[in-house]
Amino acid sequence: MSLLSIRNLDIALPEGADRPFAAKDINFDLAPGEILCIVGESGSGKSMSANAVMGLLPQGVKATGGTITFDGQEILNLPERQMMTLRGKRFSMIFQEPLSALNPLMRVGAQIAEVFEAHGALGPSQRHARALELLDEVGIPDPEAAIRAYPFQLSGGQRQRVMIAMALALEPDILIADEPTTALDVTTQAQILKLIENLRGSRGMGVIFITHDFGVVADIADRVIVMQKGEIVETGTADAVLLHPEHPYTRALIDAIPRLTRYAHSDDPLGTPIMRVEGLSKTFTTGSGSFFGKQRVVKAVQGVSFDLFSGETIGIVGESGSGKSTVGRCLVRLVEPDKGRVLIDGADIAPMSGTELRETRRKMQMIFQDPFSSLNPRARVSRILTEGLIAYDTPRTQAMDKARKLLDLVGLDASAMERFPHEFSGGQRQRIGIARALALDPSIIIADEAVSALDVSIQAQVLDLLADLKTRLNLSMLFITHDLRVAARICDRIIVMQKGRIVEVGPTAKVLHDPDTAYTQSLLDAIPGQDYERALMQVE
Amino acid sequence: MLRFILGRLVKSVFILLAILIFNFLLIHAAPGDPAAVMAGEAGAADEKFLADLRTRFGLDQPLYIQLWTYLKGAVQLDLGFSYRQQMPVAELIATRLPATLLLTGVAFLLSLVLGVIAGVAASARQGSWGDTIISTLALLFYATPLFWVALMASLVFSVWLGWLPGFGYSTIGAGYTGFAHVLDVAKHLVLPATTLGLFFTAIYMRMTRSSMLEVSRLDFVKTARAKGLRRSVIQRRHILRNALLPVITLAGLQAGQIFGGAILTETVFAWPGIGRLMFEAINQRDYAVILGVFYISGAMVLLFNLITDVVYVIVDPRIRLTK
Repeated sequence: MSLLSIRNLDIALPEGADRPFAAKDINFDLAPGEILCIVGESGSGKSMSANAVMGLLPQGVKATGGTITFDGQEILNLPERQMMTLRGKRFSMIFQEPLSALNPLMRVGAQIAEVFEAHGALGPSQRHARALELLDEVGIPDPEAAIRAYPFQLSGGQRQRVMIAMALALEPDILIADEPTTALDVTTQAQILKLIENLRGSRGMGVIFITHDFGVVADIADRVIVMQKGEIVETGTADAVLLHPEHPYTRALIDAIPRLTRYAHSDDPLGTPIMRVEGLSKTFTTGSGSFFGKQRVVKAVQGVSFDLFSGETIGIVGESGSGKSTVGRCLVRLVEPDKGRVLIDGADIAPMSGTELRETRRKMQMIFQDPFSSLNPRARVSRILTEGLIAYDTPRTQAMDKARKLLDLVGLDASAMERFPHEFSGGQRQRIGIARALALDPSIIIADEAVSALDVSIQAQVLDLLADLKTRLNLSMLFITHDLRVAARICDRIIVMQKGRIVEVGPTAKVLHDPDTAYTQSLLDAIPGQDYERALMQVE
Repeated sequence: MLRFILGRLVKSVFILLAILIFNFLLIHAAPGDPAAVMAGEAGAADEKFLADLRTRFGLDQPLYIQLWTYLKGAVQLDLGFSYRQQMPVAELIATRLPATLLLTGVAFLLSLVLGVIAGVAASARQGSWGDTIISTLALLFYATPLFWVALMASLVFSVWLGWLPGFGYSTIGAGYTGFAHVLDVAKHLVLPATTLGLFFTAIYMRMTRSSMLEVSRLDFVKTARAKGLRRSVIQRRHILRNALLPVITLAGLQAGQIFGGAILTETVFAWPGIGRLMFEAINQRDYAVILGVFYISGAMVLLFNLITDVVYVIVDPRIRLTK
């Protein structure tokens, strides 16, 4: 008998939303000890379906039909008082961003002990002891220290382990994990996936794992549900869905996944360096807030040197905190480097200021990660695209013409000119971001995690667009990313950074398939879904 | 922690010095000659008498010498002499300060407690009747001028209803001692403290309400619900504690405003504090007293800000432990 059984579940969105239902006619079962992955792009209704099981739908969103049967009991529309006794005890949940999912003002130990308190389990002293055991069990080093720590004192991976410890406290029958590794580095992600898999084995717990990452699905799922626009389009065993997808949407999604084995080939000999970076260093000192307090020193970038050749794309990869973004920001002088030279066409921009810097800066433009927060929400697209041109003394009418041409170039309609950023989807917004960067006819584009916030299918389109523009406009590009698969797809050479230093540089094929350093190898090993990629190649 | 407080104290001393110099220069830039006022009150105003007065009080000295003399004194808590009251200013302020501290302290605590309670109550039932009533009242308190509320409160509760005394610090000539005295002062305190506190209650209520609503949408509140915690526990332990952080910041910033409000309140209710002293001193061009009150109230505001910072550090571990 299945542990959880959902039949004909409809979840209605409040009036005024872009569609009437967040999820429609959802049917699935979960067996004890099974890992069920729900995959889909943003807005597919995958999180809503899981939240409905917990009885934690956001305000205004309601389940309007169907049944959710848990352990023989109908739990949809169960009174809040009864749901409370199930939540945290029989089923529990972990979230995407472990920092915001933990109360910043409470010690980790107290937050775990709270679960026992909520369900009247154990005495106060036993709660502490059990919390310690749990922290140990989820693999936190030095649980004695961690139990007294506040969330901000732990790393991202440790925080997610704390969340898992909390979710496991009362040995629930079902764990719902909503994108639990999306905000983590690959190496940490691999550890957390392993942990969840082990716990499922040792406790016979059913897991509903929500993700948009097929690599993760391939590594962990027993069964898979694919959702699109609120409906289940395909369901089956992991092997069946991943290797022999039947629905065109599933096929399109799988086809859009960037792969390590599909890397950019470039046999062109390297031309002249368009940008030369020599000994770039940046140290951040954060104020302690007090008059005499000790300052914290972070060596973000240490002695970074490389050449970017004309028409070349270099990928800078590394885990969070490796300094890859700071390098990008130093190059356009959004951050002042402490040491080092940046030569553009032979001229050092580091000592430049005023007019000279402005003139050189237009040759380098940035594309940012979050296409929403990097566009002024109160400015129409026409203003976003012409602002730079007008600042560099282009007459208004000419600037408007140029803006329309740019929109055409990035595949948007000219009618977009009069609209505001919020009227566009994430992918379209990133296209606007690219058009903005191209407005000043730069020769170098610095893209900082430019596709990280996008769904795979959109990601693929934007990457294609960037590759196409690069050739058509003869651009050179620095592509900063944490995702080695994305780097593989677009980069000619790859720079691997760790703790502010370059640990490896080389052609994409070499770095990805025959790396020189153990660190690069460990990054590669941690990428989820590699067996799957090989299996997929065989199928094809 | 000790180092933090020490650091802030050093900073405060410099700020206080700057306040002293600025106020001194500001007041001397204002029109009005104290010697002329004194001479007028003495009934004789020939040039020689004026010159004598100026010499006697050092008013004929160049400005920088006057400033230097003043600063030297201020550091030793010698704030000059009030010719009008015939008393050293420091002594004058010392007799008046406790009454003001009592008034502002009670008003502050009252508004903070009431404001937070009202804010929590309003946010718990967002959009309900209760929320609407509380929010409307807050808007009303916020928008009504303090002096008008003071006059009306005095008129209604003291003159018409006769429930509470409408002026003064204690009943003159009653000679109460011990508990009877405390009760008498408390009765006198009700109207001025409530009047002064209303405006701030409104501010703290609105801040608490919006902050509670904001925090309740955060992820960790969902985590708390996923644990199966009761609503009341989530409200108190998770939402309120986090929502109080901006309220604390605001409360610290408002400390100076409470002193400003005290001038009006004390004047209307004839409360014998430094606010009223200030009011009288302005009318009488009593420079030394005005400067003295500025000095003390400046010091008080700095002290409140320091207390706010310390409270903030205690409440928020992210600030305490990243040092």
